[in-house]
Formats: sequence, structure tokens, C-alpha cells
Amino acid sequence: MNIHEYQAKSVLKQYGVSVPDGTVAFTVEEAVKAAEVFGGRAVVKAQIHAGGRGKAGGVKLARSMDEVRAHAQEILGKTLVTHQTGPEGKVVKRLLIEALTDIKKEYYIGVVVDRATSRVVLMGSEEGGMEIEEVAAHSPEKIFRQVVDPAVGLRPFQARALAYAMNIPTDLISKAAEFMLSLYQAFVDKDCSIAEINPLVVTGDGNVMALDAKLNFDSNALYRHKDILQLRDLNEEDDREIEASKYDLSYISLAGNIGCMVNGAGLAMATMDTIKYFGGSPANFLDVGGGATEEKVTAAFKIILSDPGVKGILVNIFGGIMKCDVIANGVIAAARQIGLDRPLVVRLEGTNVELGKKLLAESGLAISSADSLAEAAQKIIQLVQ
Amino acid sequence: MSILVNRQTRVITQGISGKTGLFHTQQAIAYGTKMVGGVTPGKGGTNIEGVPVFNTVEQAVRETGANASVIYVPPAFAADAIMEAADANLPLVICITEGIPVLDMVRVKRYLEGRKTRLIGPNCPGVITPDECKIGIMPGYIHKRGRVGVVSRSGTLTYEAVHQLSTLGIGQSTAVGIGGDPVNGTNFVDVLTMFNEDPETEAVIMIGEIGGTAEEEAANYVKNHMKKPVAGFIAGQSAPEGKRMGHAGAIISGGKGTAVEKVAAMEAAGIHVAKTPSEMGSTLYKMLEERNLLEVCKIAQ
Repeated sequence: MNIHEYQAKSVLKQYGVSVPDGTVAFTVEEAVKAAEVFGGRAVVKAQIHAGGRGKAGGVKLARSMDEVRAHAQEILGKTLVTHQTGPEGKVVKRLLIEALTDIKKEYYIGVVVDRATSRVVLMGSEEGGMEIEEVAAHSPEKIFRQVVDPAVGLRPFQARALAYAMNIPTDLISKAAEFMLSLYQAFVDKDCSIAEINPLVVTGDGNVMALDAKLNFDSNALYRHKDILQLRDLNEEDDREIEASKYDLSYISLAGNIGCMVNGAGLAMATMDTIKYFGGSPANFLDVGGGATEEKVTAAFKIILSDPGVKGILVNIFGGIMKCDVIANGVIAAARQIGLDRPLVVRLEGTNVELGKKLLAESGLAISSADSLAEAAQKIIQLVQ
Repeated sequence: MSILVNRQTRVITQGISGKTGLFHTQQAIAYGTKMVGGVTPGKGGTNIEGVPVFNTVEQAVRETGANASVIYVPPAFAADAIMEAADANLPLVICITEGIPVLDMVRVKRYLEGRKTRLIGPNCPGVITPDECKIGIMPGYIHKRGRVGVVSRSGTLTYEAVHQLSTLGIGQSTAVGIGGDPVNGTNFVDVLTMFNEDPETEAVIMIGEIGGTAEEEAANYVKNHMKKPVAGFIAGQSAPEGKRMGHAGAIISGGKGTAVEKVAAMEAAGIHVAKTPSEMGSTLYKMLEERNLLEVCKIAQ
């Protein structure tokens, strides 16, 4: 789960991470009021769940109250298109009004769970403000890493070593190390999956600060972080993905016209791949999961059908935990409830497959059956043409 | 032979009184797996499905001589369950549970260091040696005893591969689901090494997906050490960047972990990669034909 920059800064502040003073604003009036304490010398920052806001015109410096008002008016309600939003962009509904910072130099700090070592890794670089992927591509020697032993956590010597490697000014090493230790603590306490401070800045008055902050949380751990869960902004999420999450369904919207309902993430990806391989275009990823009930399957079906772009549906189930007759009943119930108005191809295999096929055949609904995934994909592609 | 599990494997279920644990314990018993006990704190002294239940893993191991455990406890308690099994010195622990927080698994991996426990999973279907021992949630009947090893990050894709093999008359030595999480107990290289050394395994199907570099590491192992033919498949060719495709570990981030990179690394290592999941079985079949292994791998009718 992602949160906004201002929320991330507020979480980090609780751990002693230094951030600029700032306030969130939902209206122009709130923005102007928030800038009063800074005498109008403020930065107006669009709050959306995507990077690249600056380049898209979502971050503006103001030197007066009039400029704050002008910038807030311009940015609020604007659709920002960045390399992370997709071509449709995202509408700005919140602003962060923040004190201007006297930046001497910009750095990069990131915390991730490294799959190769199965440990938390801190990454730091002197190349702040740039996409870290770009730095990794053209000058990987400028990225330094410290691998954390979870038994003892990040040690101060590691934080200092990283700070020295990043060429932080000598008199600010301990401040930078403290910053990293606090950031690591927040990462672990709140079950983050990514924490990125880009840029980390050294200021004219000798402070080490997070000028930007991006926190991403492990959705499997949110059950133990009710405070973080409250920070979820549904405006930033796809409507169908929100609906799916209510039923614990794993759903991702895509641009195509063939809706997919599959059990198992691997098979769901492979189903999309197969549709694409035969020249079709999947409208979504949808894993109904292992212990899916008839209610869940019905919900999944409704979500797929609520997408006007969907011209046909492919259901692909290999029954392990989930029995084929459960899927069949779910499909039939949902199809009856909403009225099946688009072609449907079902491919069942596994536990109770014969019973499942029998239920579908006897349902009286217009459902095409297929024995293999390749056959099912070709059938549905033909039907939506 | 076979790897990891066989007729001698004595299994306990952690979380035996839960709905999932109970159902799959029944299924395992029906398959012929030697289920010797179960663990649910507070239910010690009772009997479920004819197997004795204990309050702790240590007790269960002491009383039953179990040498493997399967974990079905809910995600919030699963990391603790794995550590309890490791503390009881069980050589094999298979964790089926999906949804364990990744930082819990980081701690589990640290805890397992220097211990003799091999963890399979979490978020996996389990391990099966056909006709001998089924530990996990896979449908047993699709498997046929034979000489092809299967290793996969995805549950249902493993069933697909196994089903295709069985339909082609090719049996399996052991099928191993290593799970879809970013931090797991056993990786492709571990399982490929076991298959390479197993005299009963003649060839392997390896099923990967987007995210991480486990497939690239496996390709490197195959290139340098593997004596047996390997066919493969990678799921997620059509997955967009930055989106978690169901599995916690299936994500392309920063342009890394794409299917294209993985397929290229595997093909460069001599692995034949199926174009669609429907061709996993036939891709291996062709390799067996080319290397005169078909006869030895065919199931005796």
C-alpha cells in the first residue's frame, strides 16, 4: 500500500527523522492559510501516489502569499501526467505546503527488502534527486549498500560507513547516521516494503533532512498497523481494484478486452500471457485464490463484468484447494444474477472437474467449454472479434 | 529415490484443528502419506482423524518420531510456527500459509541459519512424491510415479505441468512448490541440485515467474552443473511494471525481474522454454525424445 508524501513525512517524524515543516491542504484557502507561518515563502507540492511530480509541473516555489494562491489554484484539480501515472494521469486533490529549504547538496537513501540476501538493505548514493534506477544503470559504483542482520538491526557503524561512502560532509556524519537509524526503525516497525528518501538534503544551517519521502507498506502486514491502514487514499486506486480488495481478491486492471478469472497467481499470469500470445488482449489479472467461496467467485465475476471494456470472459481453473464445482456454481450464480451478456469460455481441470463441467452444461447458460488453456484462449479471442 | 519426501517420511500437521489443516490432513491420509500427528496449542491429548494432537511441536516430534512438518496456521502466527518446528530440529518444514509479512520471513531466515531444518515455502502448494507421500494442497490424483522432477514458484502452474506430463505418459519423481513469496526457504538452485543428484530423476521442468533473480541464478546453475535436460516456463510475459501480480514476489520493479530477461538467461543455459503454459509438457517431451530418455521416462502401462 502506498501513502502520500505528507503522510510518509508525518510517520517518519514520529521516529525522529528530520523533515521540513509543512501542512496538507485540500483547498486553495487551506493552502494560503498554511503558508502564512512561512510568510508566503513556501513550496507548493502536488500530493499524488506517483513520482516525477516536479517535471510534470506539480511542484512550485512561492516567494509571496499571492504566489502561493496562484500556484495552489493552478495545481489543485490539475491532471498530472508523469512516467509513473500512465498516460491518463492523476488528478491532484491534495497539496503539501512546506517551508522552503536551503539546500546545499542532494543525496539518495533507500531501504528495501533484498530478495537475494533475504535481508533489509540500506542503499545510499551521492547522486540525489535522480531516479536511482538511472544511477544504477550508468554509474552503479556510486550506489553503496549495507546489509542488515535482523537479529541486531542496523548498527551505528553501518550507518556511519554508508554516510562516509556517500561523501556526506564530515561534520554531519553523526546527524546522517542518526537519520538512517531512525529511518530503518520506522521501516521495520511499520512493515515497509520500500522507503525512499530522494532527495535527502544537507541544508545551509547544517541539518540532514528528508526533502521528499516515499513509503510503501507490505499489504500482508497491514493487519498489525491500523494507523497506517487509515492513511489509505481510495482516490488513488482503481475502483475495481478497491471493490476486489473488499473480497480479498487479487485484481489488477489492464487495458485489454478479455476479462480473466483464474485461480492461482502464476496461472492467472500465464492465462494473460496465453491470450496475448494468440493475439488477444487481457482486460485484467484476477486470482480468485485458494479458499474462494461461491460468494467470492460471484463478486469476482461482477467486478470483471463491471468493466465496459470487457467484451468476453475467460475462466481458467485448475482445482487444487478450490474445487471445480464451487467455481461452476459461482459462475452460474453470478451469470444469473447480473445477466450474462458477453461471451464466456470456461476451462476447468482438477478436483471435481466432471461435476463442474456437468453443472455448467446443465445450467442452460451460453457457456463455451474448453479442455486446454490454449484452446480456451483461442476460443475467447475468436468470440470477441 | 526421489527428493525430500518418500514412504519413510513421517509427517505432523501444525494447525491441524483449523479448517484447511484438517481438510488437507484428511486428503494426505487418503493419499497414503504417513501422517503421525498434529499440533494445535490447547488441543493436546485429543485425537483428530485418528492422529494424536500435541500442544507443542517438540512434544509431537518426541512422541511420534516425525521427521517433517506441514504448516497451515494463519499468516500472523506462521513465522512462529516455522521457528517452533526448526527449534524441534525437524529436518523438513513445508509452509503452505500465504500472506506472511515479509519482515517476519526475514527474521525466520535468520533463525534458520546454522540449523538443520530445510524450509519449503511459504505460500506454496507443498511437495509430492507420487504414490509415496503427499504433503500439501495439490490434487494427488493428477500425479503419476516416474522420473521427471518438477519445481515451481506457482501452485496451479505446477498442477498444469504435472497434468500435462501425466497425460503424455510421463511420470514424476517429485514435484516441489517453492512458493511465490519474495523471501522463501528453498530456491530453484537448491531443488535443481537435489534433482541433479537424484538417480531416479532423469529430467526437470522448472516454472518461474516475474520478479527477483532466482530464475537467472537457476539458469547459471544449469549452465555450469546440470547433467540432466531442463525445460521451463516463465509466467508474466504480459505483466505491467510496478504491479504485484498476486504473489508477493511477482513484481517487476525498476525494470528488473522481467520475463524477457529470465527467458533469455534460461535459453542461454540450454533450458528449453515453453512459449505457452499449454506446451510445458510437450516441450520437455521433445527434449526427452532428442536425448533418448523417452523410454526410461514413460510410465509402464
